[in-house]
Amino acid sequence: MRYMLMMHAPRGKAGDYQVSNWAPDDLKAHIGFMHSLNTDLTQAGELVDAQGLASPGEARVVRVGKNSAPAVTDGPFAESKEFLAGFWIVDVDRTERAYEIAARVSSAPGPGGKPLVIPVEVRQVMSAPPVDA
Amino acid sequence: MRSPGAVPAANLGHLLRDLAPQVLSVVARRHGDFAAAEDAVQEALIAASTQWPADGIPNNPKGWLYQVAVRRLTDQVRSELARRRREDAVASEVWADWAFVPAADAEVHTDEDDTLVLLFMCCHPALTPASAIALTLRAVGGLTTGEIAKAFLVPEATMAQRISRAKQSIKASNVPFTMPTDAERAERLGAVRHVLYLIFNEGYTSSAGPALNRPDLSNEAIRLTRMLHALLPADGETTGLLALMLLTDARRAARTGPSGELIPLDEQDRSLWERGLIDEGVALVTATLPTSPIGPYQLQAAIAAVHDEATRAEDTDWRQIVAIYGVLMGLEDNPMVALNHAIAVAMVDGPAAGLALLSTLDADERVAGHYRLDAVRGHLYRMAGERDRAAAHFRAAAERTASAPERDYLTAKAAQLATGERT
Repeated sequence: MRYMLMMHAPRGKAGDYQVSNWAPDDLKAHIGFMHSLNTDLTQAGELVDAQGLASPGEARVVRVGKNSAPAVTDGPFAESKEFLAGFWIVDVDRTERAYEIAARVSSAPGPGGKPLVIPVEVRQVMSAPPVDA
Repeated sequence: MRSPGAVPAANLGHLLRDLAPQVLSVVARRHGDFAAAEDAVQEALIAASTQWPADGIPNNPKGWLYQVAVRRLTDQVRSELARRRREDAVASEVWADWAFVPAADAEVHTDEDDTLVLLFMCCHPALTPASAIALTLRAVGGLTTGEIAKAFLVPEATMAQRISRAKQSIKASNVPFTMPTDAERAERLGAVRHVLYLIFNEGYTSSAGPALNRPDLSNEAIRLTRMLHALLPADGETTGLLALMLLTDARRAARTGPSGELIPLDEQDRSLWERGLIDEGVALVTATLPTSPIGPYQLQAAIAAVHDEATRAEDTDWRQIVAIYGVLMGLEDNPMVALNHAIAVAMVDGPAAGLALLSTLDADERVAGHYRLDAVRGHLYRMAGERDRAAAHFRAAAERTASAPERDYLTAKAAQLATGERT
């Protein structure tokens, strides 16, 4: 079973990408945490993909415009309180294992080494249909 | 010494895959350490796949692979012994065994049972299904880690770790490279069949849509099951499994439309079914049913045969299918079998009879709330002309399935009913 784990970071008053305001050691610990998480998932034979996304300040929202040309506006949606910071796709034997991995993501250290307790949305990736009878 | 001319890549691939389990079983028996032997043989296979296309296939390909694998292991033993010699003086005994590297034209005697031992090892119940599948494809199927990774759409590093963890579990469990006892044998053989069936399903169900450069897992499963069947021709359930795979695979081309959409059995273009596979599957299951103890694979193959033998969907002998599901339910307590039995009963005695059987499944927590229960109810209410209830069940099923093509199919069914289209 494949699951997508989406890490939603809160949008801050002091700017979206709050990580850039962290103390260098805190940032280093955070990056090290994510690195060892991905190493562990690879070693467990579970990692399919993991990507971090650029700051939402650089994000654009695209709709189809005149003559099928892309109509680009600043985004994401100004009123949203959270943004997608990164995602994992994992291939696991059971749903509970996906929850365990999500909980570990959520425990990533923030300023002062305190766990961030980031909300992680867990969604099953659609798969092939079962064999017909 | 060498056969002249270039070797077609496909032929070479087949040859290497056939030789892989034979060479590995001999090396593993000689060396004792399955994990190390498996690595050595994989390296020999990779060496062959780069050297043989240029140099031609050696006269004794098995001997060549055996020599390269043993040399590789000998190097390891040598450095290990050198290390130990520094630590203590014992080791000459082990060394005597390993001083000799066989010649490339050596006669390599493979015992057929060794391939069976290999399958028992790779499908060991201590492994998770995902690990057993990966290890079986590499050690018995002779596929490279990269090919297996592609087949399962995961990065190669992830697959490499899955295989190496599987080998570590085997090492840790101290399973010897020997035939299991008679008492264990039936259970272990059951595990082997289950792993082969999982490989088949993985290939069969994901075969829709773009499959560029993806090794065909259903063909690989059929190849390995043919091998198992050749080793155990009198084993009814292995014969049944092979028949089931062939009878299912025969319908592959008809099972999906041009954009990967699911086409149910009763709407398939049966002229696309592969006659040769059907004939072979029917012959296998017909031969084994009266002579072997009955089992679930044989019965599922028998049901597939009844479907495959009907020229048109309306010619299907549903009475016979009801009877076979009846026997199957007596063998195993599986709510999915009960679900299929209810469909068959509805085809014979009408939807009300099928729906009555389904109501007993609501109390079964293994299936209550499962999308298949709603999907089947959708079909049966549609048969009964209760369009609104049918549409509601199809919608509920569509929301809960984890398969995209199936969700599309169920949503379309609900929409047809809601818009009043006659079907």
